[in-house]
Amino acid sequence: MNIWSWDVFADAFLVIVQGLGITLGLTIACYLFALIFGFFWTFLRRIPFKPLHWVITWIMEFIRSTPPLVQLFFIFYAWPMVPVVGMTLDPFTSAILGLGIHFSTYIGEVYRSGIDGVDKGQWEAARALNFSTRQKWTKIILPQAIPPTIPMLGNYLIIMFKEVPLASTIGVAGILHMANSYGAQYWTYLEPLTIVAILFLVMSYPSALLINKLEKKMNRRFDKKEALNSSKGATA
Amino acid sequence: MLAQGLTITISVLIASAFFGYLFAFIAGLCRLSKNVILRKFTGFYVEIFRGTSLIVQLFWLYYAVPMLFGIELGSNWWVGVIAIALNYGAYMSEIVRGSILAVAKGQTEAATALNMSRFQRMRLVIFPQAVRMMLPEFGNYLIQMLKATSLVSLIGMHDILYYGDILRSSNLSQAPTVYLLVLVFYFILALPLIFLTRKMEDISKKGVASQ
Repeated sequence: MNIWSWDVFADAFLVIVQGLGITLGLTIACYLFALIFGFFWTFLRRIPFKPLHWVITWIMEFIRSTPPLVQLFFIFYAWPMVPVVGMTLDPFTSAILGLGIHFSTYIGEVYRSGIDGVDKGQWEAARALNFSTRQKWTKIILPQAIPPTIPMLGNYLIIMFKEVPLASTIGVAGILHMANSYGAQYWTYLEPLTIVAILFLVMSYPSALLINKLEKKMNRRFDKKEALNSSKGATA
Repeated sequence: MLAQGLTITISVLIASAFFGYLFAFIAGLCRLSKNVILRKFTGFYVEIFRGTSLIVQLFWLYYAVPMLFGIELGSNWWVGVIAIALNYGAYMSEIVRGSILAVAKGQTEAATALNMSRFQRMRLVIFPQAVRMMLPEFGNYLIQMLKATSLVSLIGMHDILYYGDILRSSNLSQAPTVYLLVLVFYFILALPLIFLTRKMEDISKKGVASQ
C-alpha cells in the first residue's frame, strides 16, 4: 500500500482549507461570547447575598469540571427536548453556546483576578469622589482591572481555538470535520489528519509566541508600577 | 447503565494520569539537560503536542498511525491513554520545567557549596522544593484529564458518554435527563479532584517563606 502520497496531500489540502473559515469564525464567535458572558459570572458573584454567591460558585465549578464535549451534546441533542424553553439549534449556534458557556467560567475567573488586583485605595477614592456605581466601574475599576489580564485572555483564545474541533462531532464543518469526511470518502486518513495538525500548529504556535512576548512586556510594566508604589510606601 | 462506563472512564483517567506525569517529568527534565539534541528534541515534542488539539492527536493516533507505520497501538484503550498522556504530558512538562527554574538560585549555590554532585543537588535540594510548587497545577490538570477522557467515546470506547449516547438514541425524549446525568457523573468524579487540588494548594503554601 502506498503510505504517503503528495497528490492526496494536495487534493485533501484544497478540501480542508474550505473549513478554515468556519473554524476561525467559530473560534472568534465563541471567544466573544465567552468574553461577554464572563462578565455576567463575575458580576453575579459579586452580589452580596451569600446563598446566591454560593450557588453561582458551584454552578461555575460544575460547568468547569465537566467535559465540554458532553455540554456540547447536551445543547445540541438535549436542549430541543427540554420543555418550555427548549428549541432546536443549528450545529454552529450550539457550538457557540456550548464552548462559549464552558469557557466563560474560566474567563470570569480571569476578570475576578483582575478586579481583585485593583488596589483598595482605588475603591476608596471612587467613593471619596462621590462616583456613582456605574462611574466607579467604567472609569476607575475596569480600566485598571482588565489590561493586566490581557495576556491571560489571549491564552484562552489559543486554548479555545484548540477546543473548537470538538464541534466537528455535532457536524460543524470545520477543518477536522472536512478531514474526517475526506478520510471516510477515500479511506485515507493519514494525509488529511496531518494537514489538520499542521494547520493548527502553524496558527497556534506563532500566536503563543506573541502572547508570551505580550506577557513579558506587561509584567515589566506592572512590575515597574509595583516597585514605584512600594518605594513610595517606604518613604511615607 | 451509565455506571457500566465508569470502569473505562476511571481506568483511562488513572492510566493517562500516570503516564502523563511520567512524560511530564521526563520531558521537563530533558528540557533542562545540558545535551542540546535532547533539549531540542523534547522542545519539539512539547511544542507539537501543545500546538495542536487533543482531538486531532487522538484521531491521528487512531487513524493515521496504523496507516503510516503499519502498526496497531494495541487496543483503543491504549490509543486513548497514549493520546491523553502525550498531550497533557507536554503541558505539564512546562510546569515541571518552570517550577525547577523557580527554585531560588541560592539553593543551587548552597548545594554546590556543600560539595554536592549535580545529581545530588537535583535530587536532594531542588527537586523536593520544585515538586511542591507543581502540586496545585498538577491537580488542575488532573481535572482537565478527566474532562479529556470523554473524548475516548469518539474512538469507540465504552465510557460514560458512550452509554449516554446509546441511551439517548434509544429514547430521544429522554435526552435532557440522560445528558444531565452524564454531566453529574463527571462532576461526582471531579469533586474529589477539586478538593485534592485545594489541599495541594494548601500544602504548597505551607512552610514557604513569604517573599
